Amino acid sequence: MPDSIGTVETRRAVVFDGDRPLTLDSGAVIDHVEVAYETYGELNDERSNAVFICHALSGDAHAAGIHAGDDPGRPGWWDNIIGPGRPLDTDRFFVICANVLGGCRGTTGPSSTDPATGRPYGLRFPLLQVRDLVTVHRALLAELGIERLLAAIGGSLGGMQALQWAIDHPGEIDGALIIAASARLSAQNIAFSAVAREAIMRDPDFAGGDYYENERGPDRGLGLARMIGHITYLSEQSMRDKFGRRIQDAEAPRYGFDVDFQVESYLHYQGQSFVERFDANTYLYLGRVMDYFDPFRDPVTVQHRLEQGKTGFLVLSFDSDWRFSTAHARDLAGELRAAGAPVTFREISSTHGHDSFLFPTPDYHRTVAGYLDRLANAAGLAPGRG
Amino acid sequence: MRPDLDIVAGLVGSGVRVLDLGCGDGALLEALIQQQGCDGLGVERDLDDFHACIARGVPVTHGDLEAELADLETGSFDCAVLSLTLQAVRHPDRVLTEMKRVAPRLIVSLPNFAHWRLRADLFFRGRMPVTPSLPYQWYDTPNIHLCTLRDFEAMVDDLEMKVESTVPVGADGRRAPGLAGLARNMLAVRAVYALSARAS
Repeated sequence: MPDSIGTVETRRAVVFDGDRPLTLDSGAVIDHVEVAYETYGELNDERSNAVFICHALSGDAHAAGIHAGDDPGRPGWWDNIIGPGRPLDTDRFFVICANVLGGCRGTTGPSSTDPATGRPYGLRFPLLQVRDLVTVHRALLAELGIERLLAAIGGSLGGMQALQWAIDHPGEIDGALIIAASARLSAQNIAFSAVAREAIMRDPDFAGGDYYENERGPDRGLGLARMIGHITYLSEQSMRDKFGRRIQDAEAPRYGFDVDFQVESYLHYQGQSFVERFDANTYLYLGRVMDYFDPFRDPVTVQHRLEQGKTGFLVLSFDSDWRFSTAHARDLAGELRAAGAPVTFREISSTHGHDSFLFPTPDYHRTVAGYLDRLANAAGLAPGRG
Repeated sequence: MRPDLDIVAGLVGSGVRVLDLGCGDGALLEALIQQQGCDGLGVERDLDDFHACIARGVPVTHGDLEAELADLETGSFDCAVLSLTLQAVRHPDRVLTEMKRVAPRLIVSLPNFAHWRLRADLFFRGRMPVTPSLPYQWYDTPNIHLCTLRDFEAMVDDLEMKVESTVPVGADGRRAPGLAGLARNMLAVRAVYALSARAS
């Protein structure tokens, strides 16, 4: 019977420092990089069972289990897929999840202290690319003594990292599982991203990004950005199912400009709770990471690289996802195939929109579990109990 | 592996990029990839078969082959395979035309509706034939476009393709080499064709 992995803790590792600073793809340098990460399961003696989870825009290192003292009903963000007997079977795999570079949940980002000034970076933090996020993941793996991955897996921005990783470092990953992702944001995606960014930057409390020492930050702007983002994560169907036109805490409408409909109340709650755990500058930086992502810009180079490795790809999309629709996934799969990579593709039926990758839809988990099982068997890992 | 898939594998050859439409559990593609050094892609609609492909390590797209074909790049394969599936697609002529677009060589196998047992069923019993190789009743059969080998060859000609080779298959699923012409159309249970574009 699949069950949860129980109590876990977030650890920290310094992966770049003054002696060995991080040079970004842009050439910019960050002197000190600390990474927050969690691991589940045991690394085997051959170090051949590591699976790396890349998280999405608002995720963090806490993917599964609960932290001591936390509400047991609120485990990590992807708990339903990680654990003994679950698709990311911790009886079989050593699972790693790390907060991304530029994040605000323990890994170095714009809210971290700039060693040069002793003050938070703010917008002086260099612009990032997906490739830079991968560089830091790889530095963490080196720190953990892991040279290759059985799999890299992620949804949305997480899928983008798995994709870039597999392209840039052929031979380092047996299988890349790319879920609800895109190889190139559409004009509509970038438009939504622009509105979210404007909401933050036009907040008077944004203070040019130097709000950390002020009484309040751009909470209204960040909350609004989250509300906009959240609409794009859901589907019309899921909003209809969840809220319809119901009125919050009442039968009859109150007729006015305050929050009245349940869906409004929900979005406000999403915005408010997000502000409590997320940094506005991180939202700007990671949003831009996605906007500029274009790993197939130079298809000849991609082909040369992919030919050197034997990475297999699983590309999944969801039929109700209109943010990164199946058309995005098909393009991504087609570009990988054109570069000669073995690609398995499936569109899964789910009503949860872009967020579908977070839900434990049995049919979806079956495909993920089946793909990982094949990778594990091919690598000679002992069978799981499932 | 089914004996007729052995025949298909022989016609595909080694080290080529193969598309297998309606690839089932991926047995053919696995053999082509593992033993003949091919790069392969399957298309399969059935979810159990799709997952069987994953378990074999065969790259596969889940979906309807007619829709998926339209999504593939022109000339992106060396060889496209359609085994015992043509009779079940909505538009056999369009499927062959699309296959020709994505690959210069096609391997197509199909049941022969002119086999003598089927003719005898229709002639003596006056009922739609039900046989081991076509085991369905007329009202629930997936085989909506049954044809004879000669019908198929006529369509191939209409579509400006040529038959490079034909392997007739007997009731035991193995090749029946002696059969040609009218005898083939009467005695072969099915046949495997290798097709290519006809120089115009």
